[in-house]
Amino acid sequence: MWSFFHKLGSPPWMYRISGSILTWLLPLTLLMLVSGSIWGLLYAPADFRQGNSFRIIYFHVPASVVALAGYYVMASAGAVSLIWKMKMAEVAMKCCAPVGAAFTFLGLLSGAVWGKPTWGTWWVWDARITSMLILFFLYLGVIALYQAFENKTAAAKACAVLSLVGTVNIPIIYKSVDWWYSLHQPATIKFTEESTMDSAMLQPLLLMIVAFYCLFACSLLLNMRGELLRQGARTNWVRELVSGGKVEKSTRGEPDVL
Amino acid sequence: MSDPRAQAPLLPFLSASLRRQVLLAYRRPVDTVNPLLFFLLVVTLFPLGIGPDPAQLQKFAPGILWIVALLASLMAAEGMFRSDYDDGSLEQLLLSPQPLYLSSLGYVFAHWLLTGLPLTLVAPLFAVMLQLPAPAIPTLLVSMALGTAVLSLIGSIGAALTVSLKRGGMLISLIIMPFYIPVLIFGSSAVRYATLGNDPLPQLLLIAGMLSLSIALAPFAIAAGLRLSVDAG
Repeated sequence: MWSFFHKLGSPPWMYRISGSILTWLLPLTLLMLVSGSIWGLLYAPADFRQGNSFRIIYFHVPASVVALAGYYVMASAGAVSLIWKMKMAEVAMKCCAPVGAAFTFLGLLSGAVWGKPTWGTWWVWDARITSMLILFFLYLGVIALYQAFENKTAAAKACAVLSLVGTVNIPIIYKSVDWWYSLHQPATIKFTEESTMDSAMLQPLLLMIVAFYCLFACSLLLNMRGELLRQGARTNWVRELVSGGKVEKSTRGEPDVL
Repeated sequence: MSDPRAQAPLLPFLSASLRRQVLLAYRRPVDTVNPLLFFLLVVTLFPLGIGPDPAQLQKFAPGILWIVALLASLMAAEGMFRSDYDDGSLEQLLLSPQPLYLSSLGYVFAHWLLTGLPLTLVAPLFAVMLQLPAPAIPTLLVSMALGTAVLSLIGSIGAALTVSLKRGGMLISLIIMPFYIPVLIFGSSAVRYATLGNDPLPQLLLIAGMLSLSIALAPFAIAAGLRLSVDAG
């Protein structure tokens, strides 16, 4: 158990194990994405009120769900890096921010595309849309803060603190935006979907949600692998990897394991 | 704490640090006056931008006042730890045996006294200029007094995280602005409720709740931010 924990801190080990995870996770994700899309876009029944435009749900809902979960992944990684000073958690947190921001953007964009035929407008200041926009800003803030620091250890700590502040704040922001909406906005647009979804529509949606979670994991791992190589550019294990394994140990390099 | 130095009296320490901050501000009044001038200037921009119609101004006044107060407080937060970081007194603060949690709370209190409180006190003047009805002004005062304290606490988290950076100005608005949103929502809706003759107490209580929460939690983040900034510098 503990040896696993220690190995988790070693960049070469993490690089290797993430590679072997990706060899099966990546094809599986692609398979689920393709089959879920075909199922949802071609075979699921059309909505009786919205027609075919409702099919955007198969991208919109999974992207939004994963975007929110991604923030908690980032904040948990930040907490682990602050408490146990684990290097890999810093890398995970740093790599989580752009991935999460991308999913949030995807959620917002697909929502706008869906809003146009359904509500007749690209954008409304609905409570949930506004909260997603704020989530997008929170991700961008973490990215900007990380980029601003020259000293990357300090950058990781600062981002960890910021994302933890965000975790405390997200429920407050969500609740207040919710109340703000119910206080001030006359319900100009009735956004009432069918309360219960038909199982023929729901099953492909669940598949897509699982596929998007896997897609998030794949993107995160790929991003982390890139970051590990960048951070370890001067270490022996990266040199060996790049030169195909044959580097004499006398080259100027830092030790493999920190 | 078993360390005997930790027994050093806390209250004299806090009052000395408060006195020092006020004295510094007194010697450089520009830092205190600038946010107020900014407040006045931006409030002036709104009638020029959206038209001088009193009915319209009255409708937008709560939002305008709160947004401008928020921006002024953001600008003031940026320089909060700057000079103390540059001359090394922040490092001394970190080395001192006093708990950083309490001394950063003292810092924020001094900052609020020098920026939030003046903003609150001049707000009624601008409210009259924006045609806000007189019965709403007490609500404006209370909501500003509570709300600017929350803004100071949150803003100082951003200031602590970015103090070691050369150009923190734009960055601090980017990372802190989303956290200001709940205060903006409840602050402006309290004033709007009072304008319409409704009871704004629920909104004021919510702001007070946010203030209690941020007094309890924000100093942890401020202390962590100051530590990592001094380490990074």
